[in-house]
Amino acid sequence: MSVTRNPSNTKGTPVEASPAAAEVSGQAAGSATRVTLASAEAARVRPQRSLWGNAWRQFRRHKLAMAGMIVFVFFVLACFIGPLVYTEAYFSPFKYPTSLGVASSESILNLQTGEEESKFFFFGTDSMGQDMLARIFFGGRVSLSVGIVAAFIAIGMGTAIGAAAGFYGGVVDSILMRITDLFISLPTLPLLLLITFLFRESIVNWADDVLGAGQLGTFILIVGVIAVLAWMPTARLVRASFLSMKEKEFVEAARSIGAREHTLILKHILPNVMSPIIVAATLEVGSAIITESSLSFLGLGFPYDVPTWGAMLYNAKDLLQFSPHEAVVPGTMIFLTVLSINFIGDGLRDALDPRKSH
Amino acid sequence: MGRYLIRRGIISVITLIAISMIIYSILFLAPGDPLGELAANPNVSPEVRQRIRESYGLDDPLYQQYFKWAKAYFIDFDWGQSFTSRIPVKDYLMNRIGVTLSISGTAFLLGILIAIPVGVISAVKQYSWFDNIATTFAFIGYSIPTFFSGLLLILLFSVKLGWLPFIYNADVQSFWGTIKQSIMPITVLALFSSAQLTRYTRASMLETIGQDYVRTARAKGLKERLVIVAHAMRNALIPVITIIAMQVPGVVGGAIITEQIFLIPGIGSALIRAMQSKDIPVVMAITFGIAILVVVFNIIADILYALMDPRIKYS
Repeated sequence: MSVTRNPSNTKGTPVEASPAAAEVSGQAAGSATRVTLASAEAARVRPQRSLWGNAWRQFRRHKLAMAGMIVFVFFVLACFIGPLVYTEAYFSPFKYPTSLGVASSESILNLQTGEEESKFFFFGTDSMGQDMLARIFFGGRVSLSVGIVAAFIAIGMGTAIGAAAGFYGGVVDSILMRITDLFISLPTLPLLLLITFLFRESIVNWADDVLGAGQLGTFILIVGVIAVLAWMPTARLVRASFLSMKEKEFVEAARSIGAREHTLILKHILPNVMSPIIVAATLEVGSAIITESSLSFLGLGFPYDVPTWGAMLYNAKDLLQFSPHEAVVPGTMIFLTVLSINFIGDGLRDALDPRKSH
Repeated sequence: MGRYLIRRGIISVITLIAISMIIYSILFLAPGDPLGELAANPNVSPEVRQRIRESYGLDDPLYQQYFKWAKAYFIDFDWGQSFTSRIPVKDYLMNRIGVTLSISGTAFLLGILIAIPVGVISAVKQYSWFDNIATTFAFIGYSIPTFFSGLLLILLFSVKLGWLPFIYNADVQSFWGTIKQSIMPITVLALFSSAQLTRYTRASMLETIGQDYVRTARAKGLKERLVIVAHAMRNALIPVITIIAMQVPGVVGGAIITEQIFLIPGIGSALIRAMQSKDIPVVMAITFGIAILVVVFNIIADILYALMDPRIKYS
């Protein structure tokens, strides 16, 4: 079992457990008991650590995961706090830059007023003379929010459906699982494109009337569609965990002292199946960011005046010869964000894995 | 097995019908009048417009329109005509599927051919330099969106070095020309699919190597090579092969973005074009075609599993 205890062992392990995993966990159970005895002895000499404290200790040992965490937190803070400090406009068209490049001093001609200004731009400007750094900040806000909110909704839906199916079983289970199977068979990307394409305009109009902010409509639509097409793996995962957990003695004990159903689900079972849910949620943030960027890259996400990272790539793809940095900067942001999220997910999986000793 | 197949078949047909209903309803509920242009034309009187609407059955309730469409689609195999190119949808797609299959299919096969040996070696030599490089590459390939890796390749090989053409030109007939313009799209897709598969193969192989029967094989004095290839790999690849089967529909789906980057005239770019020009019959055919692929390959994956793994019994 020495292999499984190494923190970087499961680097390549995908979320889905393969059939052989059951047998491995069977073996691990034996060593887990030995470990518990050992740690019980150790507890006498050092103060007890909480479950999450243990996970955090384990997580910190995973260097790449820590690096990913630092990068991701930095990006989030930069995008949400950056614009407060760096107050350049992210959308100010009708300008003409005289040179294009990263970290360069450029003179920009304003086509509306005829004035010319010279300035230093950290990420350069785009072909319309707009400050790239300001656009990266604003685009990051949108891309990161879409990713986080969509993942949150998708995981919430998946958890609710999976928990209901696993806990109640019987008819509820078979109906919910048939629906899950149906959704898994849906062609995800074409449907995403189709729905955003068909409903974007009317939902923007609706949001303009009702909420007073049209692009909030695009946000709701994109987040909603991504979530509705992404909850299924979590539902299956949570159902499987609930099925095995509800047979455990502690649930029986809680039931026998008269715990109500929702107490059983929320207080007794759910906390015990949180680990895989947290890992799935982390990875889902990354894939939701990629999905949103893909939509925007195909010209079906946010419109031009809302510069998400994907939309910036969409604008840049025809200008590769003249201003390659316009594609490289937002593309690198997407790549680094997703990479760091995947590393975090990997580290969390190792840290929260009950098969490992802490 | 036979009974299981029949049951799976029935469930799949029901699933497909449900999917067709969902897609049809989305199109039906979408805002915008299919006769929008006609309505804006002042030369068409309201009575004429009304008659046209009735002749198309546009005022019928949703379910009636659906049944009419379903009958044409599934029973008469009449997929309609493309609005924009004025040829039957079937011919339109037939013209384009060849390119998609040759690019995405090659990339997928290449991805498998790279992923399986790399994943196996990676697991056998865990923590070696080979394993470290392979897992890092797999992680990067898995995290980099295809649209960005595609643009980077264009930047490097077309803009900076000028070795490869920017975009795909369907009129190029020469063998060398076709190869040259296919290199980048194939690389992008192969990188992505091999990254995923490498991770699966490595994980599955690692689990198998730790099994008792592998230790037994070693203990009875078999050569290491034989232990790995005949004992461990044969079993480790079972889940990998089912995952490969389940990824096949994704080959067409994944082509959507790549074809858009390199302007390849395949199924994926046809879908985007059809959406932008509201060419509903083409949109419907492609979306539903991918749905059929997903359902069919899910069954194939299950059958493969049953054939390869005698522990699994279906009833």
